[in-house]
Amino acid sequence: MRKYRINAAVLSAIGMGLGQIYNRQFAKGILLFLLYIAGIYFAIQNSGHALWGLMTLGEKKQHLELVGKIYKMVPGDHSIFLLVEGLIVLFALILLLIAYILNIKDAFVNGRLRDQGGKPNNFTQTLLYINDQKFPHIILSPPLLFAFFFSVLPLVFSILLAFTNYSSPKHLPPANLVDWVGFSAFKDLFTLSAWAKTFYGVFTWTIIWAVLSTVTTFFGGFAVALLVQQPGIRFKAFWRSIYMLPFAIPGFVSLLIMRNMFNSQFGPINQYLRWFGIPGPEWLSDPTWAKATILMVNLWLGFPVSMLLIIGILTTIPRDLYEAAEVDGASAFQKFRKITFPSVMFALSPILIGQFAGNVNNFNVIYLMTGGNPANSEYQFAGHTDILITWLYNLSINNGKYDFASVIGIIIFIILASFSIWNFRRTRMFKEEELYR
Amino acid sequence: MNNLQTHLNTPLKNRAKITLGYKMRRTIWLSISYLLLILIALYVLYPALWVILASFRPGTALFSDQLVPTRFTLIHYRELFEMFPFARWYVSTLKIAIVSMVFSTLLVLLTGYAFSRFKFNGKKKLMSGLFVLGMFPSFMSMIAVYILLLNMNLLNKHSALMLVYSAGAAMGYLLVKGYFDTIPKSLEEAARIDGASHWTIFFRIFLPLSRPLIVFLSVTSFAGAFNDFIFAQMVLRTNEQKTLAVGLYNMVSGQFATQFTIFAAGCVLIALPITVLFMIFQRFLVEGLTAGADKG
Repeated sequence: MRKYRINAAVLSAIGMGLGQIYNRQFAKGILLFLLYIAGIYFAIQNSGHALWGLMTLGEKKQHLELVGKIYKMVPGDHSIFLLVEGLIVLFALILLLIAYILNIKDAFVNGRLRDQGGKPNNFTQTLLYINDQKFPHIILSPPLLFAFFFSVLPLVFSILLAFTNYSSPKHLPPANLVDWVGFSAFKDLFTLSAWAKTFYGVFTWTIIWAVLSTVTTFFGGFAVALLVQQPGIRFKAFWRSIYMLPFAIPGFVSLLIMRNMFNSQFGPINQYLRWFGIPGPEWLSDPTWAKATILMVNLWLGFPVSMLLIIGILTTIPRDLYEAAEVDGASAFQKFRKITFPSVMFALSPILIGQFAGNVNNFNVIYLMTGGNPANSEYQFAGHTDILITWLYNLSINNGKYDFASVIGIIIFIILASFSIWNFRRTRMFKEEELYR
Repeated sequence: MNNLQTHLNTPLKNRAKITLGYKMRRTIWLSISYLLLILIALYVLYPALWVILASFRPGTALFSDQLVPTRFTLIHYRELFEMFPFARWYVSTLKIAIVSMVFSTLLVLLTGYAFSRFKFNGKKKLMSGLFVLGMFPSFMSMIAVYILLLNMNLLNKHSALMLVYSAGAAMGYLLVKGYFDTIPKSLEEAARIDGASHWTIFFRIFLPLSRPLIVFLSVTSFAGAFNDFIFAQMVLRTNEQKTLAVGLYNMVSGQFATQFTIFAAGCVLIALPITVLFMIFQRFLVEGLTAGADKG
């Protein structure tokens, strides 16, 4: 009675597609079998080298070798390429393994159907079934495949880098090899005094920056929204369109323009100040002024989005709330404090938290305005205005300290991910899911 | 308003005076508001105005005695095309931005549709997972993506950028899901009874109902691809292959001090289409933004 399901599952476990063929699903079986052959071929071809690469990160340095009569530089193993290529193979094998397991499951299910006297779908029916019942799986697989290779793989790679000694000048491929060193990069970052000092300094400024930039743009936008939307102001749409401009102009263009405007010698701002007899400050090269300038520029860039959002919320607050408050004799300020402010905060607090997370990662403003400068002699590869993300960029792209950069990347990721997940799980949309089930 | 109460409690002969005072206060407050509005408008407009005027100024210097130049010239716009492969950069950037826009909009719409309308195992985990992946600093993944592209033989090619920009799109599914959640279930149920497939429902019911969302997604993804320079700088090696953002950045970081006015002309030509696009689709963009906020 029960033999079809067992036979089919065992056959599929021996070779993908065999169980399906046994279940008389020939087209599907043959396709799976072809995938199986290709997969086996791929695994035999690659997995040995990939595993060796992942474990050792290469064994031969670049070295001189006698070729004929002259010494020639012979390229050695490139540790980082070995690492990434190893991961690519590993990820492909994981996908194959998933396909293999699903194939056994499928053979088992169809075998059971036959045990119960049913007839498995033919190929056309299978396709129709997939298109109808497995629709979400189909449309999600391309984005998930992309995410798997372009996000998860790089993520794993960068986490692994933190456990290597990949850094210039001593361990920089192709000239040298990289090795696994365990937690030593973590230990060094927090215990070597110069590095620890830089880390805490940059970390503190990152938090200050993220809080201040979020708060200034939000309340700046709030104030402007109230100003535009108050009764008696005419041409509301006109003002709104003007204030949208910083949102519309490409960010990098605005930032590059601002950088020139704040040029302390030739820029127009100090020039105007000079007309009034005020010696303009060193906007971008004095540590304190540089921080203030960045915040000002960020306010210019960021307030329009908050303004538009808040105007959107303001129009949804029912008018009778205000009318009732007026009957009770509430002042304008009381109406704001008791009605407007809570409504806006209720609707926008998830967005506000999202903006905070975005500002922790706000690379463009810092990089394009100051590039982290002015330099701080007490810091390792960081300036006064550097936040974690720009410091990370500097460390990895410009200075080749990939191991430290990875540790910092992991720290940023942990902060942001826990923060965002907490925020995300509080949202109505996520909670409403429970109602469905 | 408590003004009204004081007003009612006051003896009759004083009322006229208070009403007048109230009106005066209101007029004064409105005038202050208009003044503030104008000041903020200046703060907002000034950088754009300054760079536009600078692009018409003769000479090359950043420094200028007056805001409005005494003589206008178009020479910097010509120099832009003569000294740099500006037209080529422009075409490449448009090509990359349009292709990425189409693919990423489609991908994110489909992802949002799947999460909004279907129940399946592990959905919540998948949703949180995709969301968190978007939080990882992109520079950290750049090295790995670089080697991945090298293996796929895509370095210094525009298709690499299109691939990477579209690949990340699905992580923004949240907005789409929020929007689709508001579309009533009865609509698709009726269509299902009439025998419509999921594809038909998606293309015939969901897409036509989400025009503001689609405009929002298209414009933002277009602008994202148009504006990105960090990744483009890493992938594109030769001068001819560059995008506008990379070209413009190199113009400033390389020879900026001597050629500021050409840079200004470049800024104007790059910012103009995007700004116009944003202004045309203003209504949809605001709707898209607030839709995201509403659904939280």
